[in-house]
Amino acid sequence: MKNTSLKRILGTMGFAALMGANAAFAGADLDKELIINGETKIVTRTAAPTHMDGALDEIFSGWIFRKDETQAAQMDDFDNPGMIFVDIAQDTWNTVEGSEGKSCASCHDAVENSMAGVKATYPKWREEAGAVRSIDMEINNCRTERMGAKPWKLTGGKMTAMNALVTLQSRGMPVNVSIDGPAQSMWERGKEMYYSKTGQLEMSCANCHEDNYDLHIRADHLSQGQINGFPVYRLKNAKLNSVHARFKGCVRDTRAQTYKPGSEAFLALELYVTSRGNGLSVEGPSIRN
Amino acid sequence: MASGVKPRVKVPKTAAAGSSITIKTLISHKMESGRRKDKEGNVIPRSIINRFTCDFNGQNVIDVAMEPAISTNPFFQFDATVPEAGEFKFTWYDDDGDVYEATKSVAIA
Amino acid sequence: MELTRRNALVVGAGAFAATFLPFQAYAAADEAIAAFTGGADVGTDGITLISPEIAENGNTVPVSVDAPGAVSILLLAAGNPEPGVALANFGPLATKQSVGMRIRLAGTQDVIAIAKMADGSFVKTSNAIKVTIGGCGG
Repeated sequence: MKNTSLKRILGTMGFAALMGANAAFAGADLDKELIINGETKIVTRTAAPTHMDGALDEIFSGWIFRKDETQAAQMDDFDNPGMIFVDIAQDTWNTVEGSEGKSCASCHDAVENSMAGVKATYPKWREEAGAVRSIDMEINNCRTERMGAKPWKLTGGKMTAMNALVTLQSRGMPVNVSIDGPAQSMWERGKEMYYSKTGQLEMSCANCHEDNYDLHIRADHLSQGQINGFPVYRLKNAKLNSVHARFKGCVRDTRAQTYKPGSEAFLALELYVTSRGNGLSVEGPSIRN
Repeated sequence: MASGVKPRVKVPKTAAAGSSITIKTLISHKMESGRRKDKEGNVIPRSIINRFTCDFNGQNVIDVAMEPAISTNPFFQFDATVPEAGEFKFTWYDDDGDVYEATKSVAIA
Repeated sequence: MELTRRNALVVGAGAFAATFLPFQAYAAADEAIAAFTGGADVGTDGITLISPEIAENGNTVPVSVDAPGAVSILLLAAGNPEPGVALANFGPLATKQSVGMRIRLAGTQDVIAIAKMADGSFVKTSNAIKVTIGGCGG
């Protein structure tokens, strides 16, 4: 499946302290297919985008690396607990809040129509804002600028639920974020972060998710760290988790001071990591460990 | 836990008379076990849904007594017979006395 | 009993066993089973428990029990601080006496299912489920 490059061997050696003897663990079934509700085919394996320049030959959704029962729970929206929060967000979508007497629906009508395809291209450069924006930033911008409502906490339940509702409208569409033009400098910054070692453990994102995916870090089966499945319902904390909350957890695990959710650094990383999944399907809300 | 509790139930809209259908239910609930501690070291009091029932036109399908070992956002899957057209009623009973209900109608195909 | 060195070891081992949590918890499970069955004989045929061999996460472990003809099924997690998980009673419109749910397991342990049949007899089965500790912050 993968070439045993020198880089990979060296990367694995660097992990000796953390990685157990994994002879007992089988690798993931990379050919397994994800079809949700018997109708929505999800691309979980495809050729790596050209910008990765051969760092990986193929990219895989994190779904591939989960155990059978977790995979199965994502095949039916009535097994997927993340969908309860989509239902809650649908109610919120139609609820008037703030000084302007508006709901999301006041401007955007039916979410099925107005938000179809939106998640597939975010984060992206917004000319009006003169900046790269994430879905979460757009949601809070609507709340403060159009609704006259308080912004939501970026990693809180209301935000992750609304993000999941918006994401669902693009489920099955290919992730396709732009990395050139005015977004390029942000993307370059994210790429530099991805390959920079941080923390007392001196680990970069790439050390786990590029050099050692499909191996185990203690009992955890490492994925490529793709974020096409966010927001994710994690079995660990039994709630929907945002991309920035997950980044924070990863950076913390390297024993580094983390960036804040919503910071420009994490936005840059979100853009870059999203672009590594260009070609996979938008999959959220997904289920992971 | 009265706020933000949302049930989600899968029942087919139609079924043949006398046939068996698979039902799946989820409900958002923390299911606080009573064994966790907060940052100050105080035990967070138990607060769970302790019973779930499903009935069809007043006849019982399943009645489950639930303990704190049921996961957050409880899920149940089971099979029910649909003898005639009617309505499934799902009821969750909270420790705090709240009762959450959902209903789903089934027509005979 | 004369307190010889050998006897001291035996007493010590007993005290150790009494304080060692899994043994205590399994005793609690035995008590729960006895309370459910009233001490009746328990067979092993006609009940199936489906569970993962290794759970992805102990916080959310999918299990399902099937016991055709059962009136009720008691599910216990023998190694949890409290062994009780759920008691499912089946009504006249249950097509199958079968139920699936997601449960919490505090660690690697046996999950036990006991069904009470319509004739008042009992059957039991159990599965070992491994719960591992993750590498990425639990």
